[in-house]
Amino acid sequence: MRLPAARGAVGARLHDLLLSDPGDRLVRGADDAVRAVGEDPDDDALSLWTVQELGYRGFEEVDDAWEHHPALTPLTHALESELEARLRQRYDAARADLPASTGDVAADLFALAETHDGPSLARHVERHATRDEVTELLRQRSVYHLKEADPTAWVIPRLDAAPKAALVQVQYDEYGTGRPEAVHHALFERGMADAGLDASYGAHVGEAWLETLEQNTTMGLFGRHRRLRGAALGHFAAFETTSSLPSRRLARGMRRLGFPESLAAYYDEHVEADAVHEQLAVREVCGALVAAEPDQAESVMFGAWTCLDLESRNAAATLQRWGRGEAAA
Amino acid sequence: MTARIRACPDGPLLVDGDVEVTTEDGVVHRSTRPVTAVCRCGASAVAPWCDGTHKLLDRP
Repeated sequence: MRLPAARGAVGARLHDLLLSDPGDRLVRGADDAVRAVGEDPDDDALSLWTVQELGYRGFEEVDDAWEHHPALTPLTHALESELEARLRQRYDAARADLPASTGDVAADLFALAETHDGPSLARHVERHATRDEVTELLRQRSVYHLKEADPTAWVIPRLDAAPKAALVQVQYDEYGTGRPEAVHHALFERGMADAGLDASYGAHVGEAWLETLEQNTTMGLFGRHRRLRGAALGHFAAFETTSSLPSRRLARGMRRLGFPESLAAYYDEHVEADAVHEQLAVREVCGALVAAEPDQAESVMFGAWTCLDLESRNAAATLQRWGRGEAAA
Repeated sequence: MTARIRACPDGPLLVDGDVEVTTEDGVVHRSTRPVTAVCRCGASAVAPWCDGTHKLLDRP
């Protein structure tokens, strides 16, 4: 893929850097961009997404040597710190209203998901959405679905045997149990292409909304840092826990609007797969992590709440954008 | 080989490896997932497999 168009001063400076020669010993850092972080959330989010992408597939016109280049580190650090601080601030502001901890992380995770109240895009897609709305939603969701499960894979080597074995069992299913055609991001790619949409990797990042980018950069942030392994797994558990039932609604909506069967089948697959994954993610991954490392419980809940909150924010903003704000109530 | 089955509190049975379930109507359902969740609440729309519907049921 190619670099998505910069959205502000940070992105513009980042592009200058990434398009320069990483072997140049006198390469100028991005101090001016670091100072601009925090001014424009949209610019920050796409810039962080771009930096993180260097560790996944990279960009055609960017030298791979930029991935861990020291001249890029201060900007990466500033963007990640800004995002993490914002997420923690939101969590701290919401904590007073969350269910009290029972001391059993599995029970706490299910209770958190059950009591979380947010607008539902799946419900809207099932009954009322237009074909254009669903097409736009697919393009937004493709930013994640075309690399589905990848951000969580970073966490594997940071775990003890029990949570690691359980996590790999879920990832093995996500990655098609050895069959390339059954890899979840490949299923999505096929569905997108059958629907006549560009299904190439990263195709729709340039039009991604702030809320979509934030969902993706947060998974990248949690995945990239061992320190945040609890948050990464809490996020993963919350994601799986809120997938089965909405996937059924999304599949119904796709069929109602006459989208190709392969796309509806992608959501059918998630009804069944994620009913399994949620149990494994909550009990055998997060449960085992906290059993091995009790001090991770708080981080798990932070990651789980953040996942639910980011989806609510995206759903609310999306419905608002479509003039369906009343459905958000 | 021993079949490993775990019961989830208020949730499905998790079964490791390939599973074949014959329902009362004589239909044979097969799953080849690494782990399969078998419905215990009776309300799943994709029975005999779990679809998470148990979470919507009123629990005692």
